[in-house]
Amino acid sequence: MKRSVQLLLALLAAFALAACSTTEPADDTTDTTVQQDDGSDAEAEALARQRAAEEAERQRIAALLENTTIYFDFDSDAIRSGDMELLEVHAKHIQATGKKVILEGHADERGTPEYNLALGERRAKSVAQLMRTYGVSGSQIEVISFGEESPANPGHTEQAWQENRRVEIKYQ
Amino acid sequence: MKHICKKLVVLWLGMMAYAANAEVQIYITEGRDDARPVAVVPFTFESESEVTVQPPHDFAQIIANDLERSGKFKPVELSELPQRPSQITDVDIDAWKELGVDGVVYGIVKETAPGKYMVSYDLIDPYNDKAVMESSIPSGSYPLVDQSFHLMVLKTKLVNNDNFRWAAHIAADEIYEALTGERGAFATQIAYVQVDRLAAKPYQLNVADSDGFNQTQVFTSKKPIMSPSWSPDAEKLAYVSFENGRSEIYVQTITTGQRELIASYKGFNSAPAWSPDGTKMAMVLSKDGNPELYVMDLATKKLTRLTRHYSIDTEPSWHPDGKSLIFTSDRGGKPQIYRVSLAGGDAERVTFEGRYNAGAEFAPDGKSIVMVHQSNGNFHVAAQDIDTGNLTVLTKTSLDESLSVAPNSSMIIFSTVDGRQKVLSAVSMDGRFKARLPANVGEVKAPAWSPFIL
Repeated sequence: MKRSVQLLLALLAAFALAACSTTEPADDTTDTTVQQDDGSDAEAEALARQRAAEEAERQRIAALLENTTIYFDFDSDAIRSGDMELLEVHAKHIQATGKKVILEGHADERGTPEYNLALGERRAKSVAQLMRTYGVSGSQIEVISFGEESPANPGHTEQAWQENRRVEIKYQ
Repeated sequence: MKHICKKLVVLWLGMMAYAANAEVQIYITEGRDDARPVAVVPFTFESESEVTVQPPHDFAQIIANDLERSGKFKPVELSELPQRPSQITDVDIDAWKELGVDGVVYGIVKETAPGKYMVSYDLIDPYNDKAVMESSIPSGSYPLVDQSFHLMVLKTKLVNNDNFRWAAHIAADEIYEALTGERGAFATQIAYVQVDRLAAKPYQLNVADSDGFNQTQVFTSKKPIMSPSWSPDAEKLAYVSFENGRSEIYVQTITTGQRELIASYKGFNSAPAWSPDGTKMAMVLSKDGNPELYVMDLATKKLTRLTRHYSIDTEPSWHPDGKSLIFTSDRGGKPQIYRVSLAGGDAERVTFEGRYNAGAEFAPDGKSIVMVHQSNGNFHVAAQDIDTGNLTVLTKTSLDESLSVAPNSSMIIFSTVDGRQKVLSAVSMDGRFKARLPANVGEVKAPAWSPFIL
């Protein structure tokens, strides 16, 4: 009995700690209990739910892999935080498949063409460096800059400039 | 502002008959009302041959247009000419004094055989009756009449259909130099990239005379072309081509079309700039990890690295003495202009005004640098005096880039956006005169003014 109390106290402490960081572990524990209680129907349901989750994740990744362009601020090679997930998905895909990619860096027409060629390279390299931190080998990545010479949108508006400040991931 | 009269002068109405030759026409968008009045009298046409072929162009009109396009002269309307002389003995000095012009040009185009011409032309100063003594005109080459003492230029040239326009530009240079003391730059050429996105090969490297006429194609490609740079003898162009999928530097001899790939290092190869003596080429290579300035010995192809910095270093331009270069670097956080000696040593910052200065070029006289300068979000042409460091913004257009200075340091040609079109534009070194060169097809960019050609 004394041992049970100790166990209960330890469990409570653990729950309390887990609750402090995140509530998920508590839910998991509940799920496990339910599974044990309700038997095989619940197990199948959980499996289906897991499969559905995996399928959703696969679709999410496939959708992300469809998107091969990320955009930058003026005169900047900083990757926007919103693009980190996309680049991680691409990096893991490249690593998993052994595919090779060309990272094509581009700039908008503002400023000078030669500086923009350097800026385009810097943007592509900044993507390459991030991909390498996710484990992609340097031999799988080639960096090419087109500067302002190959605009996605040939217009001369803010909208066009934003579309042109980009790195395109081109699978080979 | 009172010296500037803003107006759109449609030039060369008389030239419209020849417009089929012109791919790029020049319009003056901002004239100066202190431009000096000159008179260019239409030349008399004479023919000795039985079959008369009209000269291909109007010689006097080309001279008048060149003088007007310099921004320093305003040719008087033909309807105001008091007389139309064709030789010195016909000239009524008092009539020209009364009109109040600084110079009078007149002449004769004489057809000696079909398609061959002898062109004679004079320039006189109505106010200076000792002009001939101060000129290089040999005594005995002109008739001994009172009017002859006013002569500043006296020339006779043999020309044909092919070099007719060029001969007129040379005449304009001679007249310009006699009137200003500064060498003219009309008999020069401009290289530029034209992009016609609907063409099979959309990217064209072209060369035309300084007035936009006589356009010839140097190279065409399916992939972008950048950064043309003239050799000092004006016989070759270095440029960046993406024909192999990335930027590489080629040198091409204009007349023969012969091409040589001179820089194809890992990373990018860009911004070629010939040294003033023609033996070396500055370029920017990213082969060692990030963009650095190198100088290539063109005979041995050996590279010397000039900069060592993790920032972007690019756009080298030689001082006319060939001993130092200016370049763009963002080592201070934003692009600014720096200067480095060929002998080595640290780079020294040159520009301090504004958050973005790039693409600087030395004027060939070495007295100033011109650059792309950002102010109020727009990119303008600016000039900075080397001695005083004073920076002057010269244009009101935005998105200006790819500056190139005329070999006589009088004008800057550059690329800009006019409405929705990418066009070439020119501005005088003092910013008071502006002209525009709209493209007939597609967009025109990356202009490079040739050195003197002779």
